[in-house]
Amino acid sequence: MASQKDSTTIDRLDECAQAINVAKIRADFPILGTAHRGKPLVYLDNAATSQTPRQVVDSIQDYYYTKNANVHRGVHHLSQVATDVYESSRNKIAQFIGAHVGCEIIFTKGTTEAINLVAQTYGRKHIGKGDEILVSHMEHHSNIVPWQMLCEETGGTLKVVPIDDHGDMIMEEFDTLLSERTKLVSIVHVSNALGTVNPVEEIIEKAHALGVPVLLDGAQSAAHMPVDVKALDVDFYACSAHKMYGPTGMGILYGKATLLEEMPPFHGGGDMILSVTFEKTVFNTLPYKFEAGTPHIAGVVALGATVDYLNTIGMDKIAAYEAALLDYGTQALQQVEGVKLIGTAKNKAGVLSFTMESAHPHDIGQILDDHGVAIRTGHHCAQPVMQHFGVAATARASLAMYNTREEIDALIVALEDVNKVFA
Amino acid sequence: MSDSRALYEQVILDHNKKPRNFKKLEGADHSVEGFNPLCGDHFTVHLNLDGDTLTEITFEGSGCAISKSSASVMTTVLKGKTRAEAEALFEQFHAMITADPDAPVDDEALGKLRVFAGVREFPVRIKCATLAWHALHSALTSDDNAVSTEE
Ligand SMILES: Cc1ncc(COP(=O)(O)O)c(C=O)c1O
Repeated sequence: MASQKDSTTIDRLDECAQAINVAKIRADFPILGTAHRGKPLVYLDNAATSQTPRQVVDSIQDYYYTKNANVHRGVHHLSQVATDVYESSRNKIAQFIGAHVGCEIIFTKGTTEAINLVAQTYGRKHIGKGDEILVSHMEHHSNIVPWQMLCEETGGTLKVVPIDDHGDMIMEEFDTLLSERTKLVSIVHVSNALGTVNPVEEIIEKAHALGVPVLLDGAQSAAHMPVDVKALDVDFYACSAHKMYGPTGMGILYGKATLLEEMPPFHGGGDMILSVTFEKTVFNTLPYKFEAGTPHIAGVVALGATVDYLNTIGMDKIAAYEAALLDYGTQALQQVEGVKLIGTAKNKAGVLSFTMESAHPHDIGQILDDHGVAIRTGHHCAQPVMQHFGVAATARASLAMYNTREEIDALIVALEDVNKVFA
Repeated sequence: MSDSRALYEQVILDHNKKPRNFKKLEGADHSVEGFNPLCGDHFTVHLNLDGDTLTEITFEGSGCAISKSSASVMTTVLKGKTRAEAEALFEQFHAMITADPDAPVDDEALGKLRVFAGVREFPVRIKCATLAWHALHSALTSDDNAVSTEE
């Protein structure tokens, strides 16, 4: 098998694997050592959710065993300790994405809630009748539906930048659609269905030239490449901890302080106020204005530990390794009879979406499961992408820093078995 | 859970590759669509009735091996049956694939349909196996409304 692949691809992959010490990383993820149907687990569904290292799980236990209390509320010792770890996690996360000021990081349940927050606050205030929101044809439903709901309410219009048959955004169309009427550009940084890495620098520069703010859906970028929101000059950035080797039910919205300041609050309740009387309520300052109620403190602490973990490896090295793994996987997949890759953009991250002539994605996933290989099949919450490529569903293997060359080989063996069963 | 070889019986693979009665029925008395929005499966079941008897039944569309073969086998067992017989078969089929994997299968009542007994081990595939049957049910209860697995 390997001999048919480009030897420089293999050399580079092995070099990058050594640079991040994949074996050591794998040892931190207990689940990767488990077996399924007597076969070692080959987990290739990382775009759906990633696995969690011991260090992050330990941080949750440590929090509940030694630090648990409500935050920002008590004079007692534990409340102080909990508040300290909570706020120091916020600062770590701010630094991780280049935000520098903690108050620009709002904790949410995930990417979905972060986008809804912007739609319901910034959107309601600034996007009215005749105004436009620009998204692309490759968005996840979570970057489509909140805008449709907003437009329904305010009379705004959702405009969609088309994609080509490689899964690249057609930038000439972006240029045409971006106009004086555009009030927000909301674009996926890395497509979960296709792996396309969008030219976000260019998108942000062009939008800013017309004074239009940009939201990036970073669900698939945060754990796979260095992200620097200040260097990008992006206005909003959303991501989910569970796709970054962190806990579920946790995510962030980064927003420029100047924008967040003038946005109305999202939810009302405790913590988000300075004072309440029945006549008048004064809202709290950033970021608390957007964090009503007792937050997911353990989740925030765990996300802080996740960021520490990623920093010890280095996002540059992670990106380089995953790129080498993607090259290897792309070559390997193309050698399997009847495989058609969906998503062949110029600039891609570790997503291999494909169909097979012999079998429907659902059946591919079923046979792969016999081999212990976990992939996702379906529309990946991106039905417009499926419609563009004229398929009902795809099979998708999505990569993470702990995946290996041997795991790609196991995927290929399993796909050859699919061809045998459905011959 | 067992290996999916238990699911992909030879008969199922055969009907998947060479679906029977796989065509449009022009001017059919009833045509009902069935969707599974989660995996994109989409079939239309067409049928003609003479009084209470199903004189012709065909299907078209696309989906996974389980949904397609189930639709195909369904058309082969239903031709010539009465409404009541068809509905009774659906009930028995449904009961079989949702039963405990160790429960005995009533071979006599189910006939060919028993090749789908493996679905009992894979509950997520129940929707695949019953998609065409739900469309049929809608046609026979004569509301002819499109059916979706997600309602
Ligand atoms: C590109 C993209 N955006 C948004 C989301 C939604 O993330 P979450 O479900 O964590 O809110 C996902 C998750 O699948 C995604 O891949």
